[in-house]
Amino acid sequence: MNEPLVELKNVSFKYDAEAGYALHKVSFTIFKGEWLAIVGHNGSGKSTLAKLLNGLHFPLEGCITVGGIQLSEDTVWETRKKIGMVFQNPDNQFVGTTVRDDVAFGLENHGIERDDMVQRVTHSLEKVKMAQFLNQEPHHLSGGQKQRVAIAGVIALRPDIIILDESTSMLDPRGREEVLETVRELKQDYNMTVISITHDLEEAAKADRIVVMNKGQLYREGTPEEIFQMDEELVNLGLDIPFPVKLSKMLREKGLPLSRHYLSEEELVEELWTSHSKM
Amino acid sequence: MMDKMIFGRYVPAESVIHRMDPRSKLVLIFLFVCIVFLANNMLTYGLLTVYTFFMIALSKVPVRFIYTGLKPVLLLVIFTLFLHLFLTKEGEELFRFGWITIYEEGLRQGIFISLRFFLLILMTSILTLTTTPIEITDGLESLLDPLNKIKFPVHELALMMSISLRFIPTLMQETDKIMKAQTARGVDFTSGPIKERIKAIIPLLIPLFVSSFKRAEELAVAMEARGYRGGEGRTKYRQLSWGLKDTAMLAMLAAVTLVLILLRT
Repeated sequence: MNEPLVELKNVSFKYDAEAGYALHKVSFTIFKGEWLAIVGHNGSGKSTLAKLLNGLHFPLEGCITVGGIQLSEDTVWETRKKIGMVFQNPDNQFVGTTVRDDVAFGLENHGIERDDMVQRVTHSLEKVKMAQFLNQEPHHLSGGQKQRVAIAGVIALRPDIIILDESTSMLDPRGREEVLETVRELKQDYNMTVISITHDLEEAAKADRIVVMNKGQLYREGTPEEIFQMDEELVNLGLDIPFPVKLSKMLREKGLPLSRHYLSEEELVEELWTSHSKM
Repeated sequence: MMDKMIFGRYVPAESVIHRMDPRSKLVLIFLFVCIVFLANNMLTYGLLTVYTFFMIALSKVPVRFIYTGLKPVLLLVIFTLFLHLFLTKEGEELFRFGWITIYEEGLRQGIFISLRFFLLILMTSILTLTTTPIEITDGLESLLDPLNKIKFPVHELALMMSISLRFIPTLMQETDKIMKAQTARGVDFTSGPIKERIKAIIPLLIPLFVSSFKRAEELAVAMEARGYRGGEGRTKYRQLSWGLKDTAMLAMLAAVTLVLILLRT
């Protein structure tokens, strides 16, 4: 858990020479096997960060190392093999005409032998529970299903890291839960590192660690408990505190003896219905 | 509804023709288009007609699908027939009614040429009715492979075709959505003079274009993130397999060609 996998050192980036910094002197480390959430308001630089990690852009200053390899134009194909990415819009990342073709797309790009490819396609679709949709066309699938296919396309390549770039923001609650549940299972099975970029703090609450971004700079980094202590500050950053955290805080203000901040609804419900018997 | 216009063409069924390699189907159709011009008498046209109907029977595609495919071109076939009927003035006079005179040669030419037209359309619709667009793309990519040597971007072309095919339904859905959104804002797409209706298309097209460009850009980023860097060193998931039936079908066509050459006058 404490083995560093991705390291950012003083990373700065501008989209346009005249424009301001999209990222300014950002440094942090991502450890092997952790679930790291990067949160921030629109324009905080969190999506830029994702694109830098996958070598879609290169830092202006500073350096990024992925698994010991420094990211540059020469090593980008090497590091891209280690990192899989799932984007926001389910439609605009579906390349194949059918589910199986789409999963195979990444494998084709990496020149995997066909026999191996067929096996990996079925295996990864089983993993995301989409095996029965093998020959389905994308316009017959729901958003959540399309995202699961995108995840299958990523895990077929057996990466060490999976980046979810706002992958659940266009989905309905059920689709969101489906996708997150799938990622959670895969993380366990493959001991993958998950970097989830989101503005949904409820999603971030389930992460191991949270990095808060603001105006292109790293604002704070810590465990969800630590981050949610900030409450008012988070609201000022344009982030919405999860409902259970808000509720437990308000209940405490009303004088209810709740012991700590609750990050999930289940925990809070558990505490509330047992609290009376303790009194 | 518009969905059916493009995709309703393919009729899934279990037949020899469906299971043929798209390459052999493409070659077959291409050769057929050439040999149709060999026919020049009753016997040869008869043979071609029998061959075409034999292929239709093999394809197991219900006749009504073939008929719906033919409907738009049928008018053109009939027009060709009448054009020859009235304008060719050779051979014996057969019939005279007022200013219309029909000659033997006109009748012959009319029937032959419209029949030729008819057979060509039938054969090509067998191709599109039994082959999915993506199979046709794969077939073309494989057939055009030699052109790679002269730096013709075959792979890119095939990828472009398959991505277009994949996005047609998505864009159709989007068009539908934009249309509803604009209707809700008072745009009238269905009534009024033609000029007004053409004008009404503009608020439909502009958002569609804008979103298509956005999609294209996002897709390009996603493709790159998934390791796409052109056709080199790429393996293929979908595979074509040339079987005995493909060779047999081409052999049959060769036999038909031979008989055509012997029978033509």
